[in-house]
Amino acid sequence: MSEILVKNGYVYDPKNGVNGDVMDIAVRDDKIVDVVSPTAKVIDASGKVVMAGGIDIHAHVAGPKVNVGRNMRPEDKLFNTSKRTKMTRSGGGFSVPSVFETGYVYSRMGYTQVNEAAMPPLLARHTHEEMADTPLIDQSAYTLLGNNWLVMEYIKRGEQDKLNAFVAWMLKATKGYCIKLVNPGGSEAWGWGMNCVNVSDPVPYFDVMPSEIISGLAAANETLNLPTSIHVHPNNLGHPGNFQTTLDTIKLLEGVLPRDGKKRDQVINFAHMQFHSYGGNTWKDFETEAQTIADSINKNKNMTVDVGFVTLDETTTMTADGPMEYYLHNTNHLKWANADIELETAAGVVPYIYSPKISVCGIQWAIGLELALLIDDPMQAFITTDHPNAGPFRRYPRIISWLMSNQARLDRLETLHKVVPDRVAIGGISRVLDFYDIAKMTRAGPARALGLGNMKGHLGVGADADVAIFDYNPKTMDPTIDPAGIEKAFTNTAYTIKGGEIVVIDGEVVSKGHKRTIWVDATDGVVDPVILHDIDKKFLRYYSVTMNNYPVQDEYVANGLIVKPEAA
Amino acid sequence: MKKITLRPKDKEYMFLDADNVTPDNFAGKTLDEVRAIEIYEGNRTYALGDYFEVSGETDPDPNEIGILIDGSVPKVKYIGMKMSAGKLLVKGSVGMYVGGWMTGGRIRVNGDAEAYAGIGMEGGELLIEGNAGDYLGATYRGDWRGMKGGKIVVNGNAGSDIGESMVGGEIVVKGNADLQAGIHMGWVSKKKDNPTIVIEGDAESRVGAQMTKGEITVLGKISYWLPGFIYQKDDQIDYDGKQYAVKVYQGDRGEGGKGTLYYAGA
Amino acid sequence: MRTVTDVVCPFCGTLCDDLEVDIDDAEKICETRNACIIGDNKFMTAQAPDRHLHPRIRRGGELVECTMDEAINKSAEILVNAKHPLLYGWSSTHCEAQEAGMALAEGVGGTMDNTSVCCHGPSVLAIQTVGIPSCTLGEIINRADTVLYWGCNPVNAHPRHMSRYSLYKRGFFTERGKSDRTEIVVDVRKTETAKNADIFIQPEQGRDYELMNALRVALRGEPLPESVAGISRADIEKVAQTMKDSRFGIIFFGMGLTMTRGKHRNIDIAISLTQDLNTYTKFLIMAMRGHYNVAGADQVSQWECGFPYAVDFARGFPRYNPGETSATDILARKEADAALIIAADPGAHFPIDMVRTLASIPMIAIDPHVTPTTEIASVYIPSAIVGIEEAGSAYRMDNVPIRMRKVVEPPEGVLTDKEIIDRIHRRVMELQGLEVPEVTAVKEPAEASAFDGILQRST
Repeated sequence: MSEILVKNGYVYDPKNGVNGDVMDIAVRDDKIVDVVSPTAKVIDASGKVVMAGGIDIHAHVAGPKVNVGRNMRPEDKLFNTSKRTKMTRSGGGFSVPSVFETGYVYSRMGYTQVNEAAMPPLLARHTHEEMADTPLIDQSAYTLLGNNWLVMEYIKRGEQDKLNAFVAWMLKATKGYCIKLVNPGGSEAWGWGMNCVNVSDPVPYFDVMPSEIISGLAAANETLNLPTSIHVHPNNLGHPGNFQTTLDTIKLLEGVLPRDGKKRDQVINFAHMQFHSYGGNTWKDFETEAQTIADSINKNKNMTVDVGFVTLDETTTMTADGPMEYYLHNTNHLKWANADIELETAAGVVPYIYSPKISVCGIQWAIGLELALLIDDPMQAFITTDHPNAGPFRRYPRIISWLMSNQARLDRLETLHKVVPDRVAIGGISRVLDFYDIAKMTRAGPARALGLGNMKGHLGVGADADVAIFDYNPKTMDPTIDPAGIEKAFTNTAYTIKGGEIVVIDGEVVSKGHKRTIWVDATDGVVDPVILHDIDKKFLRYYSVTMNNYPVQDEYVANGLIVKPEAA
Repeated sequence: MKKITLRPKDKEYMFLDADNVTPDNFAGKTLDEVRAIEIYEGNRTYALGDYFEVSGETDPDPNEIGILIDGSVPKVKYIGMKMSAGKLLVKGSVGMYVGGWMTGGRIRVNGDAEAYAGIGMEGGELLIEGNAGDYLGATYRGDWRGMKGGKIVVNGNAGSDIGESMVGGEIVVKGNADLQAGIHMGWVSKKKDNPTIVIEGDAESRVGAQMTKGEITVLGKISYWLPGFIYQKDDQIDYDGKQYAVKVYQGDRGEGGKGTLYYAGA
Repeated sequence: MRTVTDVVCPFCGTLCDDLEVDIDDAEKICETRNACIIGDNKFMTAQAPDRHLHPRIRRGGELVECTMDEAINKSAEILVNAKHPLLYGWSSTHCEAQEAGMALAEGVGGTMDNTSVCCHGPSVLAIQTVGIPSCTLGEIINRADTVLYWGCNPVNAHPRHMSRYSLYKRGFFTERGKSDRTEIVVDVRKTETAKNADIFIQPEQGRDYELMNALRVALRGEPLPESVAGISRADIEKVAQTMKDSRFGIIFFGMGLTMTRGKHRNIDIAISLTQDLNTYTKFLIMAMRGHYNVAGADQVSQWECGFPYAVDFARGFPRYNPGETSATDILARKEADAALIIAADPGAHFPIDMVRTLASIPMIAIDPHVTPTTEIASVYIPSAIVGIEEAGSAYRMDNVPIRMRKVVEPPEGVLTDKEIIDRIHRRVMELQGLEVPEVTAVKEPAEASAFDGILQRST
């Protein structure tokens, strides 16, 4: 038995209504408890901010396309490597770090759970191998289903029951956490070099529309009562005027409620909404439509977004949206990798420089911040950079500093291209967020959206003992005029506790940790022999591996934690 | 200018990493501190003084420091890496990466330089009086931003892939160059930059392969013609005080490139 | 007598996963089905009676049998005493052993390199320059109507490639198999693969780069000379047009491109040509990887340190620059003072000067079989055969990960690659005065039936 008492910190715990009160947090083994014995190890958190461990709801940190990015960018590591220590392995990479580096940097920022946002089913084993090797942080991976041939065939034939069963089978086969849709239908169209730009563009040959794929999988999600909603990267990412496609996507699920409203409120989480809130017709008259999108999210309490803030860095874009990456390659003429996955999905990787000197990049920077500030409830908008697409995750502390300081935003705005202020609204938004809001956007909010709100993202009794302690005194220091101090405090915690184990002290990794991999088994009473027959036929005829060699074996799941939805 | 001399001791080693041997690193140090500067053989760390007799004087300003390596050090790598100021003279040959990523100052090598001399160079001058190896003035693996500025002169011959992905600066090879001189040149050059390569001798095939911008001049023969270079016109150029009749080509048209090749050996 | 199905073949990068292996009551492999002649041979010779089962150590110039502890201890001493040890091979073993090797290489401050350096390392360099539009092999099965083999000869080198994936197999949009596809072969020789082709192009040796440059010029409609690389303008234009007119095309390339004049530049321009073609249609490209898990060696190295092969950990952080940090170059310049060779045979495949360097330094060889490399070793440790006697991950040439199966137990006393590397590493840590972590249990291999959603197909 190990016990820790975190004493006298300023605690921010939105789920339990604790807003900066001075409190003690007690830890026994891997859970938060009421009291601990006098022999507990004491951490003096007086004058420090205490929050639950951070949760990244959307990042590309493990799996095939991340590794393509690593391979393709040796220059991302040339002078960005770290030495091994007795506790840590060496590694490197600014925009696409190695797995060890990923675990260490997140832990230093006080994050304890990071969800891989796109796992191609055929290559799920690879994603799990990387996650198993990523130290310190709990992880899950989202199974890509929005371009799957069987999904589209069942939807076309209106066979919702079979679709439900197939989804449950796939989640189990891939040891995935949720249904992820990336450019639904569009990535299959990319198999022929085409795309589905709008939700009503039929998928070539399969003759279904993206709108039907989204609605069908959302229905399956609720019938199976999965812990989280569908996560959707909508069609038409990153193009001027795409906010209309986003509104069309929002309309599909207006008024639809989750089957179990106790666990979560949303039926859809929009991935990296920043990339989907674009106005104008071309890059020349490109402008923000963040207000329009935020208004819509404010009206639709059954939806959440993760923002995908642009951080104005050189980075590496990577997405299952194959046609998008080809478009990007034709825009910046930098190296382009593509990886189409049979019967399932696609992927592309292209380096990208968000230059503060370029008007478009400055406008993108503003749109992210506007979304976060114009969506009223921080429980509906989560901090992400769609790592590494809009910027590397190691920039979260800087984003927090922008959200907490209008002055910091105005100072940055001033350095951008001269047309930016006219095309954005950020200069007129004086709202600043406080630690309570930040705790919602990085802890309570993502935990609830993932259906893990009782276990993660809070500091109440019974929660996982994931705690972040930041060396910042909210009573004597003022984040609205101190962005550098905020960035520093959120970059290296005073302590990070993960699963009841101290893993970081003063920004130094002090443990190898005990990471867990979380996945969802919703097959109880659902998997139907008829769909097994359908799946078998696909393997016999069209897949390049046998069906028996497809599912991810238990060996690959590091310290697995299975979430079973209550019986459907 | 203060001179500081490093004379190689008679000591065996497989190879040494000497990335700390630059005027920038010596500036403001006493001779004893210079002797203690770290130098590496594989996974072992040694002091510079273990391998070199150090004499002379230093200065707080790197601009005022001239380092003389008094002997041939073909197995010592990274000499002058990232240097920004001052001078460095090697009285003999050097190992890989001499002047790598340098931004200023001057390096002169009396003998030959191994591969990757002047890799990622941004400014300054690098003179190699003997031969240079492959990847002279080239880019690091994967980086589309190669040599950005400065000047490299090789009195002898150079290896393959010189000036790879060069976006600025100048390379002159007085002897011959091997395969693929100037490959990917100009890829992301800024408007004002015009990367330039001159090969006074012969060039192996694929000169300017996949180049998009910049100028390459070959005064000798090119062994095999790359079809991506399309004849534009005959012309006269002035080089080093002499006139040359050249044919002017544009390429690499396979890449959609608009680089210029002046060819006097046709 | 029992039969194991869905067995994965541990030979080439095609990584066929549909083999059936019969094992008799004495636990002898007696028959395979579906394997090509090479794969069948690997299984049928695995239990040959002349296999060496005991570690050996060089004493007085002779390799003599020793205990496992002696061999492990000597290996650890060699690595700990070295200033720049080279850990090379890793391509005919599973990812679990490769991961253990990465940790060991880092621990001893050595260079970790795999056989990419003598096969598709140049392809990696080209990918780092221009990227690579590619796909999994099932995409070829279902969509490809133009298949171009350039500098590769699958009929002989990847015998089941054409029937399983790339040419004959019938797919969703390619219902008639080969009749739905145009086969183009470019090779300096008329290979067995070329004999089949609808279009065969035979360029001059060492001029592949120029020929691809000409194809790119032709695609853009710019003027071409009468002939390039010995191929007439008409033929170049015909090939360019065929590629442009296809609905989904794929280029497979092999060591005829990677290891000939210009090396990675040949791949660079092949990839660039492929990228150009996407202006007109869908076109992709794939390397024909050789060793069954060389792709996995690259993958593991990438996720653990960021670089795919030729990684030097001497300074405590990863450094990468093939040409300097690659095994061949290190040996050519005599920059290694010890070596550990596993799951590869440089003694047979490297140029003689490099082999001489290997023979002149203390060297540990780990291999199931006696090879030219093991014969010049200071320590030889025989190991179990991955994919026959040990389960674990391997990555196919298209980077699809498949779990290799264990079909029989290894001979008594013979350890797996991972166990050997882990034991050496633990001894290294002891010698370095570091705390040695507790042994974690070796995981059992996965059972085919571990997943209850699987259909039991009757045969």
